[in-house]
Amino acid sequence: MNMQWKSSFAAAIVMTGMAAAAGTALAEEVNVYSYRQPFLIEPMFEEFTKETGIAVNVVFAKEGLVERLKQEGANSPADLLLTVDISRLAAIKTTGATQAVSSDVLNSAIPANLRDEDGHWFGLTTRARIIYASKDRVPEGTVTSYDDLTKPEWKGKVCTRSGSHVYNIALLASKIAHDGADKAKAWLAGVKENLARKPEGNDRAQVKAIKEGECDLALGNHYYMGAMLSNPEQKEWAESAYIIFPDQGGRGTHVNVSGIALTKAAPNKANAIKLMEFLAGEKAQEMYADLNNEYPVRPGVEWSPLLKSWGDFKTDELSLSAIAELAPKAQKLVDEVGYNE
Amino acid sequence: MTDIVEPTGDLLMEPSRPASSAGRGRWVFGALFVTGLVLLPVLSIVWIAFNPVENIWPHLLSTVLPRYVSNTLTLMVGVGIGTTVGGITTAWLVTMCRFPGKRFFEWALILPLAMPAYVVAYVYTDLLEYAGPVQSALRDLMGWKLKSDYWFPAIRSHGGAIVVLSLVLYPYVYMMARAAFLQQSVCVLEAGRVLGRSPWRCFWTIGLPLARPAVVAGVALAMMETLNDFGTIDFFGVHTLTAGVFDVWLNMGNAGGAAQIALVMLVFVIGLLWIERQSRRRQRFHQTTNRYQALPGYALRPLFKVGAVAMCAMPILLGFLLPALILLEYAFLNFEDSFSVKYFGYARNSLLLAGTSAFVAVMVGLFLAYAMRIGGGKVLNTAARLASVGYAVPGAVLAVGVLVPFARFDNGVDAIMRSTFDVSTGLLLSGTVFALVFAYVVRFLAVGMGGVEASLAKVTKNMDDAARTLGHGPWATLRRVHLPMIRSGILGGAVLVFVDTMKELPATLILRPFNFDTLATFVYQYASDERLAESALGALTIVAAGIVPVLMLSRAIGNARPGHASGGN
Repeated sequence: MNMQWKSSFAAAIVMTGMAAAAGTALAEEVNVYSYRQPFLIEPMFEEFTKETGIAVNVVFAKEGLVERLKQEGANSPADLLLTVDISRLAAIKTTGATQAVSSDVLNSAIPANLRDEDGHWFGLTTRARIIYASKDRVPEGTVTSYDDLTKPEWKGKVCTRSGSHVYNIALLASKIAHDGADKAKAWLAGVKENLARKPEGNDRAQVKAIKEGECDLALGNHYYMGAMLSNPEQKEWAESAYIIFPDQGGRGTHVNVSGIALTKAAPNKANAIKLMEFLAGEKAQEMYADLNNEYPVRPGVEWSPLLKSWGDFKTDELSLSAIAELAPKAQKLVDEVGYNE
Repeated sequence: MTDIVEPTGDLLMEPSRPASSAGRGRWVFGALFVTGLVLLPVLSIVWIAFNPVENIWPHLLSTVLPRYVSNTLTLMVGVGIGTTVGGITTAWLVTMCRFPGKRFFEWALILPLAMPAYVVAYVYTDLLEYAGPVQSALRDLMGWKLKSDYWFPAIRSHGGAIVVLSLVLYPYVYMMARAAFLQQSVCVLEAGRVLGRSPWRCFWTIGLPLARPAVVAGVALAMMETLNDFGTIDFFGVHTLTAGVFDVWLNMGNAGGAAQIALVMLVFVIGLLWIERQSRRRQRFHQTTNRYQALPGYALRPLFKVGAVAMCAMPILLGFLLPALILLEYAFLNFEDSFSVKYFGYARNSLLLAGTSAFVAVMVGLFLAYAMRIGGGKVLNTAARLASVGYAVPGAVLAVGVLVPFARFDNGVDAIMRSTFDVSTGLLLSGTVFALVFAYVVRFLAVGMGGVEASLAKVTKNMDDAARTLGHGPWATLRRVHLPMIRSGILGGAVLVFVDTMKELPATLILRPFNFDTLATFVYQYASDERLAESALGALTIVAAGIVPVLMLSRAIGNARPGHASGGN
């Protein structure tokens, strides 16, 4: 027994020693903690390595990376944190584990409302929270806003994923920021009133339900349309629905960002900033649009054909920090309304 | 460690207590130390719980908490019943009865365990939801048009979650119960038969009570797994306390509040285990003889034979074969997109991690269980019991609990080295494979220890006393007396930890080193996006990689019955 512990401990020391040695030998690298799935970002990293010779090391997880960074503190090997929504970016800034970057390249590439005012985080792509509507059962023009989802005529016709999902939380937080908590709560209760079924599945599953006639209207991120269209099995789901950019006559469609932040500990700071600038650069921005149909934050970057076919739309200019701040309140409203039950 | 035992007064008065207090002291001290290490992550969670951003309880109490608690209870009770019935019946049938295919069922009944629960959930949803092939076919067949035209059980529901979780978790009970049945001395059963009991009555009055500690250990594991599950319940939209943990943690940014909910869940489990313990405090069954003969092998009447085959085939069919076939189809269709040589690297990582963790977890479990047996005071017993409840904590929360002590240790060493030698050592253990194995052992200790403890409990203390009287120390007694008798329990525990580690996700994701993938993490990046088709090949590899050791060990368990080769006939 004791032998076992000793030997496995010794093995661990040797292993870490080797890892550390390997780390110092390969000086040209940058370490990323990522909330994004590897298959979505690897192409950009490969391109970066090809151009600069800097290796990109990644740990991907859906939760807990902010905590890991915080606990590892000043010795953390991570240089960058990559997220899929604004809340994590804001959270990591709040814990004090990030540092400000003042880069003219980043500042000129990314519009001011899509980055932190102190330079602690930067949006890289935007994703619009849109409405998917049945081609057969929802005449064009009848639904034009998030508020329309609460109209009595759609009772039993609306589908969404869990109200606690970050994408829905962010939308609700934007409602709170604009209209106040009471109105936002009433809206959420109205949507719940119209739900065809208990919130379940992901965004694509809601569109599938439109195809199957289970519901007529659904909330979802815009790029799932592209993802479904390019998937042989899901193509017919996508084709059963058309998309609506809500609130074009009002304050504009709610958008969230995927983004990046430089850690305070960053051992490879210079390389990390290079990667940030690369990701905000034209090539990577185009890849984002191309591979995943996300909207590039950088103005003037060529959109994918699908995005182009949808045309320009008005986005809600609300500051992302406000959304992050109101996320806890949004979760509380979800609980109070009992949205997920 | 071969202390000569002198017949002191203490020994004479309390024969079940070992006499060498020095030897015992070492075991107890060692056990307390190990328990302390294992408890560190749980203590970290307690520590985190003391630092909430805000008090979440008034909000939770007035809104979702009652619902979460009732959902949790429903699920736990449902899965408890499902796994108990499924596990015990199948274990009894394959161990004690004769019917066609019995040898096959002996090992095949473990297979569903190799299926990640969330994968089974996805597969059945695809199959049984409104848009799925089953309902579509029914609609075509019956001419129904709308959802309101007919009734069909909703798969994404409490019932669906209970069925799916029971299907993949019953092997816990099956393994433990089978090990227990194999360990039972036939003499007791024969005595029962001679005294005129029917096989049926023997099961209820002899077999089952004797196997009770093992069964309870298995059911407790299944229920804890239910409690910590997030993948399945999130997918099914059944919000349990675990869902509350994640809402508070991720959306409210309140890790402290989330840790508090996690601790409430622990109290839940501790309460459950305590009640069970109380209920059988006065019952203690040991095998009193070492005479092992062939197990009875009750011949079944034809009708019952059919029933037995059906009973054993059903869980394999639903929990393994059907999902595996569907995965196979997906894998086949997407083979070109999804296969890469990297697979072998992922598989190697998974197998090495699972093998190491299974070995260490079972060894630690054996060490603790034996230390409790020979010198278990109140402190040690309580500590060891607490050390195993980490299993009921959601994996991601436990992983954060593991991060804390490791980061503190690393940063502490670093600070000392900086101030004394002006050298930075950086992070020594955080983010290494060692941290991962540690996390697995902490997480699955309950699994490893459960099997060992249940087996050990059935060995009468007279054995210890006899061995000690004959001059064996605790170590020699363990090695020469206990180990041969409890081999099946140890191997069973090892299989369970192995398979669990293969499937483990949240802790692996959070704690792993850079650029390090296992089969599970690789599958997850697609599966988490409900892109099951792309992940099917990986999921199948997890299952396949898990099956081989399961089969090998299952054989070993069959052979573990002294004088009883491969399960009997």
